[in-house]
Amino acid sequence: MSQESFIESTLRGFTKAFSKALISEQAASQPGLLQCFDPRVRVVGVLSLVISVVLSRKFAVITVVMVLTILLATASRLSVRSLARRVWFVVLGFTGLIALPAVFITPGRRIVLLSALHLSISAPGLRSAALLVLRVETAATLTTVLVLCTPWAHILKALRSLRMPAEIVTMLAMTHRYVFLLIETANQMFESRQSRMVGKLTGPDKRRMTARTAGVLLSKSVELSHEVYLAMLSRGFDGEVRVLTDFRLKVLDYLGLTAFVCFACVATWMGR
Amino acid sequence: MHIPDGYLSPSTCVTLYAFAASGWYSALKRVRRLLATRMIPLISLFAAFSFVIMMFNVPLPGGTTGHALGVTVAAIVLGPSGSILAVSIALTIQALFFGDGGVTTLGANCLNMAIVGSVVAYGVYRLIAGRSEVGARRRALAAAIAGYISINVAALFTAFELGIQPTLFHDASGTPLYAPYPLHVAIPAMMIGHLTFAGLAEAVISAGMVSYLQSSDIGLFRGIGDVSSLPTAAKSVESAPPLRLWWIVGFLMLCTPLGILAAGTAWGEWSSADLANPTMRARIEAASGNHAPPSSVPAGLQKLSAIWTAPFPGYAPRFVKSATFGYVLSAMFGVGLFVLAAIVTTRITRRPRKQESRS
Repeated sequence: MSQESFIESTLRGFTKAFSKALISEQAASQPGLLQCFDPRVRVVGVLSLVISVVLSRKFAVITVVMVLTILLATASRLSVRSLARRVWFVVLGFTGLIALPAVFITPGRRIVLLSALHLSISAPGLRSAALLVLRVETAATLTTVLVLCTPWAHILKALRSLRMPAEIVTMLAMTHRYVFLLIETANQMFESRQSRMVGKLTGPDKRRMTARTAGVLLSKSVELSHEVYLAMLSRGFDGEVRVLTDFRLKVLDYLGLTAFVCFACVATWMGR
Repeated sequence: MHIPDGYLSPSTCVTLYAFAASGWYSALKRVRRLLATRMIPLISLFAAFSFVIMMFNVPLPGGTTGHALGVTVAAIVLGPSGSILAVSIALTIQALFFGDGGVTTLGANCLNMAIVGSVVAYGVYRLIAGRSEVGARRRALAAAIAGYISINVAALFTAFELGIQPTLFHDASGTPLYAPYPLHVAIPAMMIGHLTFAGLAEAVISAGMVSYLQSSDIGLFRGIGDVSSLPTAAKSVESAPPLRLWWIVGFLMLCTPLGILAAGTAWGEWSSADLANPTMRARIEAASGNHAPPSSVPAGLQKLSAIWTAPFPGYAPRFVKSATFGYVLSAMFGVGLFVLAAIVTTRITRRPRKQESRS
């Protein structure tokens, strides 16, 4: 691997994280069906559907949940193409690759014999692989739809009002905020290093450079935590974490919550 | 190593969440005691750092690249408790916000990478580094070995969790319902990648960062006590009285008669009387994949089973007629013994309290 590709692939990863976050924030601010509901309803509703998908053992039931998720995404102004690019192809590439050998090695009734390759496809293997891929696709799509339709701050507020400890919620919020600052810092360090490179780096030099960048990032993180802490003290932080949760449930939210939970219960019952 | 939703059965997810929760609880308690009000920004920034480190492409010998977890450096600088929290927070954001790893499998992922990874990395590092100088080369070597071993132990845990799925969760026709590969396939498949690439990436980044910190920021090696040397807020967080815990323990004790609902004997917990009883033998055979138990009670089992007779056999004291009351009484007796043991241990190990206030 060339030195350009090793730095550039890291930079590409940073850019992808930024663009994902940007797309999420934009989608969450659009009007749509899921966006109408209180964030707590969205979190509880979507997570109950995820749990029903994991509990379900039937192909048809998971397919129905997947279809409903796609309809929900469309009604929430999410592009099916972006879901396909962001979730379906990625999951298919990863889980599909993992599940593929199961089609051949799982013992059971053979349905296709590939004599040229000395392989056979078994019915339990095919069913098991298809079930795994469909279940993972559906669960990942549901989580993505939730994230794309809900700003991160609202997800955290919803988690807090669902009794997650305030300290954990604050740490999640602070981490999310500073992740992007540290990505930006690391991005700048790699870019400035790349702009000063005229020759080829040897393997040990590449490793030293990566470790040094990571080390500097660690020192900066600790320094930043000192500064953030002093800033918190200056604003009167006394050790107690207070998170403002000003959500109010309306009739529509109760209806939405009932619909989500009933659907999840029916899916779990049918798929048992 | 990030397990997505759908690979693990719900019961596995719940069990691993319970294990992870106990790890989070003890880590949070310890870090809160050490850092007090300083905890939130330090752990948050470390979590953000761990997140970014996971995105680094680490060049490896042979020309390829791999991704590290950064758990070893977090464990060295923050200690295992701080590292457990920081890496867990990073994994939570990855799962919730970036879809890397599942929501139902978050407990499993945190257990494998944050808890097992941190504890193993810290243990191996301390063992090899010993009392060597902070700037000694031995520390970089210790970090490399700790990184390599911790990632591989975490991967082994992951492989085990995935590998038990087809044995435990399949339908009537034998079709696996979750991860489809048994242990003899899952373990080699997972370990080959980690023994070669991922473990090496963690070793390279850990050793490299320790070397860098030794030359440029040696203060970070003094650990959590040193990085928390800023003034603390006026009101430090005190641990809440364990009243709620007592309510939970009481509730669980009242729930113990639920055990009566479970039919039969747990697999492998048969007594010599069970092995001699034809009805029980038929049940044991059915539960063991139609493998018949030995025709007579094994001599060793017969001999050893007579050594100790429990005061409350089968959670039913002989002097109590009601099975439900017997269960509750057994629970009270068991909890009482634990409380007594805890009080005695605390008395024995109690040390004079150090002055904790910092200016």
